[in-house]
Amino acid sequence: MTAKAEIHISINTDSDIVTARQQGRALAQETGFNGSDLTVISTAISEVARNIVEHATSGEIVLRVVNDVPHPGLVVVARDNGPGIPDISLAMQDAYSTGKGLGLGLPGSRRLMDEFEIVSEVGRGTTVTMKKWSR
Amino acid sequence: MRVPILKQGSYLIASIQSALSDYELLQLRDDLAAQVGRFRSRGVIVDVTVLDVMDSFAVRTLRAIAQIAHMRGAETVIVGIQPEVAFAMVQLGLTLGDVETSLDLEEGLALLELRTKQGGSHDGQS
Amino acid sequence: MADGTKRDKRTRNLRPGPGESFMPLPGLPIPEATAVLLRELVSHLRQNRSQLREEWVRRTTEAKLLTAMTKEEIFNEATAVYDSYVAVLETGSVEALEAYARDLSERIIPRGVETREVVGIVLLLRDVLARSLFKKYQTDLSLLNRVLDAYEPAANRIANTVAVGFVQERERIIRQQQEAIRELSTPVLQVRERLLILPIIGVIDPQRARQLTEQLLRGIRANRAKVVVIDITGVPAVDATVANHLVQTVDASRLMGATVIVTGLSSEIAQTLVTIGVDLTKMKTIGDLQGGIEEAERLLGYRVTMVMQPTEPLAAK
Repeated sequence: MTAKAEIHISINTDSDIVTARQQGRALAQETGFNGSDLTVISTAISEVARNIVEHATSGEIVLRVVNDVPHPGLVVVARDNGPGIPDISLAMQDAYSTGKGLGLGLPGSRRLMDEFEIVSEVGRGTTVTMKKWSR
Repeated sequence: MRVPILKQGSYLIASIQSALSDYELLQLRDDLAAQVGRFRSRGVIVDVTVLDVMDSFAVRTLRAIAQIAHMRGAETVIVGIQPEVAFAMVQLGLTLGDVETSLDLEEGLALLELRTKQGGSHDGQS
Repeated sequence: MADGTKRDKRTRNLRPGPGESFMPLPGLPIPEATAVLLRELVSHLRQNRSQLREEWVRRTTEAKLLTAMTKEEIFNEATAVYDSYVAVLETGSVEALEAYARDLSERIIPRGVETREVVGIVLLLRDVLARSLFKKYQTDLSLLNRVLDAYEPAANRIANTVAVGFVQERERIIRQQQEAIRELSTPVLQVRERLLILPIIGVIDPQRARQLTEQLLRGIRANRAKVVVIDITGVPAVDATVANHLVQTVDASRLMGATVIVTGLSSEIAQTLVTIGVDLTKMKTIGDLQGGIEEAERLLGYRVTMVMQPTEPLAAK
């Protein structure tokens, strides 16, 4: 149906991760998500934003409210022009990471959100699209 | 913003006041490492009451803090994990491993008393 | 339609046929002719605002709609609705109307206004305005046709927007009430200081399971609980999803510093859990609730003493 507010957050440094998840929380709250879901959404945003900082040098996060019936939802798009992920199925397995320590970003985020889609091309970049519906 | 670290007897208490960036978390880790060494502390408490999100990086760093403190002879207790945060963490599959947790500062101090009286270093919990 | 134009309601043919036009949508080009007609329409409605609004309010009262509201309130809302209506015709955008509809609904739903009343008054307004257009253009039937062609899709869209806004708001309120009821009916019991019991009864759907966990965790904070007893005696079957929820609840409680004891685990359920792959060594399990409470009290440092009434001297062993 009608899409409403859209927020773009540029992700370059680790403090942008905090900005992205705080804005995500605020928008989710306006949309009517309950307390627990606010934390879940913020955490998922934090994870994908961190992926951008760690693996690509920069990217952006787009937050969008979808005014669906009966429950509105929140869409989070995280895109970057980084190196891309050669093997997506491997990346989506738990405990996979070429970065530092436990790379729980992607599979964890998928568990937290209702819908999750990832598109990546080596040398071009990665786009993660996640959605959560309020209840 | 640097996290203030208070010394209470042989314990160090780090009270996080606001959301921390990755850099600030690492700074906390290094500050605690230095102070545990300097004061030969027996226990470290990290109070995360105000954190409304604990993602994989935060968890990794807290575990690192506990590891470093342990190597220098101190037990670590993380206190103040909020209900929504705890729930998000388990859904995300994040675990603090062997690191002890308590409800709040009071409980955390009581636990440290118990652990440090038992003497020596304990690996994990039953 | 009353004016005699034919419209095939069975097929959704979205291309404008002869004499038809789209409701102007932002960004979409509209035939200049339609735009001109709409502008004329809008100015006619603005010029006759007082009179048309009065007629509408009169007919609303006659139809016994909005009886829950005072005359003054009806007048104020009527003014706002009228102006929003005209604004939609003018700008082509329903965004402001959507916001107003939700706002209005939020205010009148608690007063007991029903869906049929809201739909009723919007259709009445549509009718009042249509009749006024009839009167104005009745001498030129072909012009009347074109004006109504421009008006009708817009009017329908407006009625739809208001109705949908009202219904959505109603559903939101109902969900809120249901949530509140669930909160009240889910018991997290404090039986002793620092000890919480959560008896789970019946079949649990994922949403309820989530709610139970959230309530328990909030309870741990509020009661500063050190031990939690989760009793699943009343749970008939445990599948992988329920088991998963249980493990998550245990883990989350431990993150908050509480020890969890699970009671009421029949051997069948224990088998199921093991088969699913749940690590039972991670949680304390006790057969029945009573045993669980005793263990909890022991953990909390309460001394459990038994009082015996000797009827015979105790036999030496």
